[in-house]
Amino acid sequence: MLLTSTNEIKDNGMERILNFFRKKSLWMLHYCTGCGAVELPPTMTSRWDMERFGMGPMATPRQADLLLITGYLSVKSLKRVIYTYEQMQEPKWVIAFGSCPINGGIYYDSYSVINRLALYMPVDLSIEGCMPRPEAIIDGFTKLMKAIEKGEAVGYKKYRENYEWYKANQRNVLERTSAVLKEEA
Amino acid sequence: MVNIMLRFLFAAFTSIIMGLLFMGIGRKFIARIRRHYAGPFYQSFIDVIKLFSKKSISHNWIMDFGVMMGFAGIIATIIFMPIGPFNVFSQMQGNIIIIIYFMTIGYLGMAMGVAASGNPNATIGIARALTLMLGYEIPFVLTVILLVFANNSSLLQVMVVNQQGGFMEWNAIRYPFAFLAALIALQGMLGEQPFDAMIAPSEIASGPMVELSGKFLGFGFLQHAAQIFLETGIIVNMFLGGSQNFFIFFAKQLALYLLTVAVSGIFPRYRFEDAVKFFWMAPTALAAIQLIIFII
Repeated sequence: MLLTSTNEIKDNGMERILNFFRKKSLWMLHYCTGCGAVELPPTMTSRWDMERFGMGPMATPRQADLLLITGYLSVKSLKRVIYTYEQMQEPKWVIAFGSCPINGGIYYDSYSVINRLALYMPVDLSIEGCMPRPEAIIDGFTKLMKAIEKGEAVGYKKYRENYEWYKANQRNVLERTSAVLKEEA
Repeated sequence: MVNIMLRFLFAAFTSIIMGLLFMGIGRKFIARIRRHYAGPFYQSFIDVIKLFSKKSISHNWIMDFGVMMGFAGIIATIIFMPIGPFNVFSQMQGNIIIIIYFMTIGYLGMAMGVAASGNPNATIGIARALTLMLGYEIPFVLTVILLVFANNSSLLQVMVVNQQGGFMEWNAIRYPFAFLAALIALQGMLGEQPFDAMIAPSEIASGPMVELSGKFLGFGFLQHAAQIFLETGIIVNMFLGGSQNFFIFFAKQLALYLLTVAVSGIFPRYRFEDAVKFFWMAPTALAAIQLIIFII
């Protein structure tokens, strides 16, 4: 079971002041194996122009604040996403794109694709749709900004508090495939 | 002593604040070239505050030291540059040879810091940056030699005084080929396109910055801001007549920076060996032609 509710680990005090700057300068890292990645270039470039909100793409996990999981995740790539997430520096947020990370989407009965991302990583916001259009993505980003300002987007603290729970879930699904993936440890 | 400290702090803060402001305006400008809007002009300040509020990871003390040395190297160079009517040491008057020597400390510090982070992409990136430095230093030094001979002095202050009396007296008008060479060299110094092979984000994952997180990247940002201020400032003093007024000086710097940004907005990227070859051919030839014209 999850140990703490979101209310107890809300940001307050100095963090709330810094959150004002954090929400206006979200640098994102996209994990682009899913089909949602194709909606990002129009969102970034001149048609929808997400740079208005101070957002921009970054090249490595070290520099980024926001991890975008753009579509389905196979078990093999889940491992990489977890590495990537743990390399990012706090405060950090995760956005899940499309139906696949919410309930599996069209891959709901696949043997190699995970159905709920929230079991393995603290997802701050999910944008539903298959695929979400740029308007929906921008709407999602503004919602995340509001949540950050209120101090409610604290997925990274949740991950720290419930590390054992998340790790157990991750081990469960990764061990299932260890017969295939053992070679690369 | 206190007086000198205060003057030093003034120079350091002015360079950082104006540099960040230039960066923000430059981003706005490039966005308009590409027909979109980008964030507010103070976006760079927000970014820096956010970066310093993040947690950061250090790999070893050499990385901490190198990043600090890179930042300090650029700030130390700014001490020697006349900012409009202002000089930190009033008797130094901006010796251009000292400035050229000190400017490399920033790059070397950055090289040490990011190489210590152990990421191969960072090493490739900084190797490219230092190779590119070999490229643009040659035309830049040729223009410096020209101006030193023309003014019988290596002091920036003397060069500024010799350019007073209307824009027809500016070195940019007197020595147009050398000015062009210096502009191309400036493009390389600032690492803007087409000479940005060292930060190529999709090829080597932003090169030197690849392992920098939080405060380290914040220092990288501040270093770049101070670098913009320093390098545009040198060119303004050398070719655009400096100024006795802070605001005119800053305006000239901004115009120069926006020119650089405009060029970078429409150019793709050179491979770095091609960039070095280009620097050794075109701008070097321009500077050499100007030197020959001057001697004749």
